[in-house]
Amino acid sequence: MKFLTTNFLKCSVKGCDNSNLNFPLRYVRENCQLEQDESIEFNPEFLLRIIDRVDWQAVVSVASDLGNTELPPNKPEFEENLTDEDMVILRDLHTLLIQTNIVEGQMQCKNCEHIYYIKNSIPNLLLPPHLA
Amino acid sequence: MARKRYLLFMVQVHLNFRLAELESLADLHGVDVDFSSYSVDSPFMIVTLENDKQASDWIRRSVLTRAIYEYWGEGNTYESLHKSVQAHPEFEQYKSANERKSFKFEFEKFGGNAKQDISTRVTTIESFQYLELKGPIKMKNPDEVFTVIEEYKAISENIGGEVPEKIYFGRLIQLSDRARGALEKYDLKKRPYKGTTSFEAELSLVSANIAQVKPAHIMYDPFVGTGSFLVAGGHYGALVLGSDIDGRMIRGKGQQTIKANFKYYKESIQFLDVMTMDFTHNALRKDFVIDTILCDPPYGIRESIKVLGAKDPERFAGKEDVEINGQKAYLLRDYIPTKKPYSLDSLLDDLLDYASQRLPINGRLAFWMPTANDENVATIIPLHSNLELKYNCVQDFNKWSRRLLVYINRGHEFNGPNNSGLSRTGNFRDRYFSGFN
Ligand SMILES: C[S@@+](CC[C@H](N)C(=O)[O-])C[C@H]1O[C@@H](n2cnc3c(N)ncnc32)[C@H](O)[C@@H]1O
Ligand SMILES: [Zn+2]
Repeated sequence: MKFLTTNFLKCSVKGCDNSNLNFPLRYVRENCQLEQDESIEFNPEFLLRIIDRVDWQAVVSVASDLGNTELPPNKPEFEENLTDEDMVILRDLHTLLIQTNIVEGQMQCKNCEHIYYIKNSIPNLLLPPHLA
Repeated sequence: MARKRYLLFMVQVHLNFRLAELESLADLHGVDVDFSSYSVDSPFMIVTLENDKQASDWIRRSVLTRAIYEYWGEGNTYESLHKSVQAHPEFEQYKSANERKSFKFEFEKFGGNAKQDISTRVTTIESFQYLELKGPIKMKNPDEVFTVIEEYKAISENIGGEVPEKIYFGRLIQLSDRARGALEKYDLKKRPYKGTTSFEAELSLVSANIAQVKPAHIMYDPFVGTGSFLVAGGHYGALVLGSDIDGRMIRGKGQQTIKANFKYYKESIQFLDVMTMDFTHNALRKDFVIDTILCDPPYGIRESIKVLGAKDPERFAGKEDVEINGQKAYLLRDYIPTKKPYSLDSLLDDLLDYASQRLPINGRLAFWMPTANDENVATIIPLHSNLELKYNCVQDFNKWSRRLLVYINRGHEFNGPNNSGLSRTGNFRDRYFSGFN
């Protein structure tokens, strides 16, 4: 599962929708096995669109869960014509959002504390009957 | 600016889908097309467009056409064709625009089986000498391809005609996705990971076109299975995301995975992720905008319709307290939650509702729905008050059919009809297995 996908996933327990703690899920560095997939090429145009859709606070929070505390507190903004400096930032974000995979790991809802697993790079968001 | 005439050459297959594809692609690219001369019985249509770019934008992605040409003329015989070309109001202008270009001639035909030998072709090409083309002939990557299209009237279903009824002539503007080999590329036979639920290449690509999947936009398939629609969406440049309640489907077998398919097609960049998830217990955050939803929901035939929860809640009462080695059993990595049956009608209600919440205004939801053909009752199409039902394209099999339903999110003001909660699809599964008798 790409780092980017952590930005889309909330807790699937319906009751947690009333809480603002159900997104993003919490990741524990020690439980997560990360892998870089360098085969995916860098495409600034794509990345800009993705960044547009991303909840930046959640990016910062999950990155810090996973040990990266270097991200700026506000979403970087880019002009029409990308400068060299912009490109550096975009490359970093490509490495983080697209190339970083959580291969094995756990995600926990900060509201109900349910634990979800990531196995073989695939997150599993199914629920036991008492939470469904 | 004066509009120019173009000749569209289509294929005579999936006729219930063809106009929907052409309209959707025209709309997607902001190309204004007058379809009043469109006929399902003909593979040809002459349209006027502003310029060549519009023509190629419109047809580049198309699956149910072959190509679009700048229209130079037509006739019932070669003699009348040549007259028509020379009488074209832009003839002099077309001639001088192409005078120095490298070129070749191509021959296409429809409905005929007459095989032309080289010498007939050479004679035909020579009969166009009044075009005064002075550029070099290049068989590979010429600047321009001049195309002669012969239309035959077939003698019977299997026997083609011998003498063309009509001949068109034009300059190639754009080959369709089909003519550039998309169907061969995405042929299921060659796909590394596929399964019994995989959807064939041709109609999955057509579905993605009618759904107006857009480059660098998000497409989601909530019943992703082996990922056929993700492949189609990725081909048109979307960033694709899928989920399925059955983890085995999306995991694949060994090296054969959905991700591996994208690698095989050299489109890895399009693939975001697939996750194990019950659509009705959706974990995609509510404010995440999904541009297009394209899917094939479970019919209950090759795969059951299930959602999370206990079929017999009493049996599961108190199970949440079960512990294994001091850990709650339901929090263990290998815990497998129980599922219960659900109806297709309710699932489709949920799907429409979800689309109305997640799609942007004018975003499209497209999905396939099966129906039995022998019922005397009219098929009821699910409707939601925020969604405009734009297309209902039927693919007929013998005793049953399936249809691609396409909706556009129009928002609250739309106030359309709503039939959620209604039993619509009957018991398709039982009827299927009893042979629709
Ligand atoms: C017709 S198949 C789709 C096949 C897919 N288009 C492919 O290319 O393989 C329907 C899928 O829906 C899944 N499904 C059934 N109930 C579901 C639910 N409640 N949530 C998510 N997926 C479900 C099934 O596991 C099955 O893979
Ligand atoms: Zn929760």
